[in-house]
Amino acid sequence: MAEKHIGKQTVALKNPPTIKATASIVGPKEGRGELKQCFDLIIPDELWGESSWEKAESKLVREAFAKLLQNAKLSNDKIDFILAGDLLNQCIAASYGLRETNVPFLGLYGACSTMAESMSIGSMLIDGGFADNVVCLTSSHFCSAERQFRFPLELGSQRTPTAQWTVTGSGAVALASQGTGPYIRNITVGKINDLGITDINNMGAAMAPAAADTILTHFADTGLVPEYYDLIVTGDLGKIGKKLCLDILRMNGLNIEANYNDCGVMIFNLNEQDTHAGGSGCGCSAAVFAGHIYKEMMKGNLKRVLFIATGALMSPVSLQQKESIPGIAHAVSIHRSLD
Amino acid sequence: MSYLSAFLVGGIICAIGQILIDKTKLTSARILVVYVVSGVILAAFGVYQKIIDIGGAGATIPLTGFGFNLAKGIFNEVDRIGILGIFTGGFKAASAGLSAAVFFGYIMAALGKPKAKK
Amino acid sequence: MPEFTARLVPGRDIIMKQVFTKEEYAEHVKRASPNSKIFINIIKAFIVGGLICDIGQFIINMLKARGLDSEVVSNITSIIMIFLGALLTALNIYNVIGKFAGAGSIVPITGFANSVVSPAIEFKTEGYVMGLGAKMFVIAGPVIVFGVCSAMIAGVIHYFITYVP
Repeated sequence: MAEKHIGKQTVALKNPPTIKATASIVGPKEGRGELKQCFDLIIPDELWGESSWEKAESKLVREAFAKLLQNAKLSNDKIDFILAGDLLNQCIAASYGLRETNVPFLGLYGACSTMAESMSIGSMLIDGGFADNVVCLTSSHFCSAERQFRFPLELGSQRTPTAQWTVTGSGAVALASQGTGPYIRNITVGKINDLGITDINNMGAAMAPAAADTILTHFADTGLVPEYYDLIVTGDLGKIGKKLCLDILRMNGLNIEANYNDCGVMIFNLNEQDTHAGGSGCGCSAAVFAGHIYKEMMKGNLKRVLFIATGALMSPVSLQQKESIPGIAHAVSIHRSLD
Repeated sequence: MSYLSAFLVGGIICAIGQILIDKTKLTSARILVVYVVSGVILAAFGVYQKIIDIGGAGATIPLTGFGFNLAKGIFNEVDRIGILGIFTGGFKAASAGLSAAVFFGYIMAALGKPKAKK
Repeated sequence: MPEFTARLVPGRDIIMKQVFTKEEYAEHVKRASPNSKIFINIIKAFIVGGLICDIGQFIINMLKARGLDSEVVSNITSIIMIFLGALLTALNIYNVIGKFAGAGSIVPITGFANSVVSPAIEFKTEGYVMGLGAKMFVIAGPVIVFGVCSAMIAGVIHYFITYVP
């Protein structure tokens, strides 16, 4: 029997790793949003001096990694593993952005849930004694995602009210075996949930059941109550997904409305920035966590946070073959101190 | 007067497209296909010629007009040279538009740069 | 280091119930999702679509005034409108019009030009042959295929009705 496994899907870490530092870089639109104060760097334009959107996204990854090492006061040779992923086919933003780092690299794909997935695996690697320093990193880019999943930028089509806006940005987290917190203590690994949503322009609806499932399972497995956390935050459900997630939780007898929010809702000013249902993408939850939530924890404004990154596991091929969109969500509980 | 009728007929044809987009969630790519095929069908039944008589550019500029053009081209060639016209008439009638789309499309795309939306 | 797990009270009875069937969830999502502002969208599409057609009418009237025959007029009008659509796409303007007008700028022939140029610009990074050249027709290609095939079928029917006793 695995001693660190509690309940159905949760891992309780015996030696909780510390989040030593974070780094976040976002695009110009995100840099005009509600959280504009908290990012390390706001790039001047989406191409950032590169010749393609994909190269610009790799540069986001490269620079976020460099910034993270600087913030954590670490050098490349101290990092045991990088766990990273993005939305592009075969995760090229991460692998090209990190190809010159000379650090052992594990590429991950969990769609927009990748940030929580990488933090989960990274924490387990450290708790298991396999590593001292792990870097977790994800990115997304509006323009590269539009062209892979939707339509060319110059096509004169309208976005539906339920559509979300892929965040241009990258967030990185340095986990360490030794440190003074914030600590990662519990991890609830989510199951794939699919309630048959096929509309690519309503990803929040596709992911909400997975988020609700993981949140419920987390509380069932740990025996905790929602009030235990100062903030329960999902990755990129957006305005509609957030509401649907709350609905499903309420129907299951769990009300988390008081301390619940969603990174996709937080990052933009939804009314003024014309982002319809809100932000999405790996970079959304990553940048909001690295830029905003981590800093609020360091300031002491948030003591305990449940971070649930949510992903939609479709591909352009599965969409065209009329498959529905499976959702996934992983929860990571982060605590300012260990008492 | 031709401007008023072109505006009204063209506007109505576009408004129908908007209803299709908002009600059926058809993507713009599918809308274009629906329109061109509708143009062919309306041309075959002789309806579209009447719409053009009323609307002028209001009926020829929307993509239904492209479908009408293809169908009318084939019918005319069939009348002129027989069954071979089925193969030659469509592209013959649409040749100016298609060549322009290919040529200007390539040149403009070569010159243009994609820009992130605001 | 304090034992975190010791403070937990496991076994609280929260289990994800299947609260929705797929059909119920689809219904619930539909209720929760705002609809497009369809009335305003239709008005915008009507006005912009009408104006684009009037530009076409203006070109037609100018050419007719020069005494050109109707086939030449219609060909030159198509060429000019397609040129304008392609140009505005390359200048990053057509998508702005499209965001406002929706079908009002998709349905006119300028929208067809936009559907040719927009993927071509986007995929230029993959080269001038297999990028730009090949991707020009990812959206416009099906339009030509369905247009030509349906017109040919109509032609066959026309032939049999008119010429086969």
